[in-house]
Amino acid sequence: MSHEMNSLAPELLTGQQRMILVDWLTQLADDEFIIGHRDSEWLGLCPTVEEDVAFSSIAQDEVGHAVFYYELIQELEGVSADDLAFQRLAHERKNSLLVERENGDWAYTIVRHYLYDLWDQIRLDAMVESRYVPLAHGAKKMKREEYYHLIHFQHWFARLTKCGGEARERMKNAMELVEQDLDDLLDMGLYETDLFSWGILTKSSEEMRSEFYSRYEELWRDMSDLSERKLIFSKQISKGRMGQHSPALASVLENMTEVIRFDPNAQW
Amino acid sequence: MDSQRLEEEFVKRVQSGAKIEASDWMPDGYRHLLIKLIHMHAVSEIMGVYPEKEWVPKAPNLRRKLALMAKVQDEMGHGQLLLRIVEDLAAPYGKGREELLDDLVEGKVKFHNVFHMEARTWADAGLIGWLIDGAAIINQASLLSTSYAPYARILKRICAEESFHMQHGENVILSIAMGTDEQRKMLQDSLDYWWYSLLFFFGPLEITPAAQKMLHYRIRTKTNEELRQKFLAKYVPRIWSLGLTIPDPTLHYDSKLERWHYAEPEWEVFQKIVSENKGPKSQERIALRRIAQDQHKWVRLAMTTGI
Repeated sequence: MSHEMNSLAPELLTGQQRMILVDWLTQLADDEFIIGHRDSEWLGLCPTVEEDVAFSSIAQDEVGHAVFYYELIQELEGVSADDLAFQRLAHERKNSLLVERENGDWAYTIVRHYLYDLWDQIRLDAMVESRYVPLAHGAKKMKREEYYHLIHFQHWFARLTKCGGEARERMKNAMELVEQDLDDLLDMGLYETDLFSWGILTKSSEEMRSEFYSRYEELWRDMSDLSERKLIFSKQISKGRMGQHSPALASVLENMTEVIRFDPNAQW
Repeated sequence: MDSQRLEEEFVKRVQSGAKIEASDWMPDGYRHLLIKLIHMHAVSEIMGVYPEKEWVPKAPNLRRKLALMAKVQDEMGHGQLLLRIVEDLAAPYGKGREELLDDLVEGKVKFHNVFHMEARTWADAGLIGWLIDGAAIINQASLLSTSYAPYARILKRICAEESFHMQHGENVILSIAMGTDEQRKMLQDSLDYWWYSLLFFFGPLEITPAAQKMLHYRIRTKTNEELRQKFLAKYVPRIWSLGLTIPDPTLHYDSKLERWHYAEPEWEVFQKIVSENKGPKSQERIALRRIAQDQHKWVRLAMTTGI
């Protein structure tokens, strides 16, 4: 009985709780959907054929996670997962700016994905004991997959940053580029305090961010001769969670809906 | 033993059904034919990624998107497995992965005609899975009995995966075929566009000296025309059952000759597409391959040398 009292059942949510939960799920779903999209663009262009195959698995996992989150929203809102994925306009999307940026070079791709996955791991950790049980279940499953993604990118990151010459230069540039979008990634929207106080997350946003920053600063230290980094979170410059996006997202969406727009009444 | 005796012994062995392993002695002619065939097969799998990959972002729902992503990944995986086989065969000539893929961007190795064509619509994307993978299965299944054992082993896996792809393609096509008038028009247009490319896919009617040699060494056991007939027998009735019109009014089954009569593709036109990389999308796709091969050389260099 006490367990049931502790958990938040979909049918017992207040209107406010539902809205906050949907806002959070939308951030997660859109992040995973768009990074999965960007990953899938790499197929056939990766530095090795082996990486093409590996990166495609990661892309499929990310889109699969997006489907999971969209389906949770579907249960709460009655809008189909497909409509959530394909029919919303750019300003209705809550993904971070980081994941919508164009792919750039291999260094940017690795750094972006590695840092994104570091953050995603922290988010998942904060959800495995969530009072919203469907979310806790999914988070446990996803953590298993993300574990391998993290190893994959950790490996690339370590190898490329330890190199000299062109690789190192590119990695350093990529770090600086990605860093500009970190606040936007780490922003959790308007209701981050409520997510914690209602037990949807078991860690506060401050705690999560400070965990991320200490991992991040470690990475810079590991790159030996690179300067020390100290980041302070600034919510002011965050945009993605509020639906403010770059033109890159609009062009992704335009491309994505080409078939659907061909005949809106059709089943495919 | 002199080389002529060795060769005779070898031919006797393969013709009596023996399988050759990578570490066995083999005539140079046999090795060359295998390299040529499997290298082309490998790069065709890789080049087959591009026409479909363009449709991953445009796939009309989540289920189709995930299925297509997995399919295209499989094709790349086949390319990788086949390259490994060619690497073993080409090792005595000092050729490795880098050189084998350089050959592709330098136009020194050909790839299947169908992957020079444009995937213009979602129906094209579905038809590639249905009919092109369907044609590829017929071709590859006939190679399962090849005398070169490593190739046969990989083909077994490839055929199993291709049959999923064919079902995926068929499923996409069925949805379109049962759809609106606009969708059906899109599908007919797709069949019109691909039909003669599909016939050409199996190769010329005559048995070329190279094909003759492959039959001799039991690298292949069936002729181009035998495979094309198999394809027609399997797919023409299915195409008709969807109410589609095959763009060849002369197409019919000749029950006296027990073969399908069909209008031949314009051989020279299609041959030029393959041998000179002059198809509608040849250069664009080779340029994509060049991104992987040339623009990312720094990555492979960094990973192997640490600089």
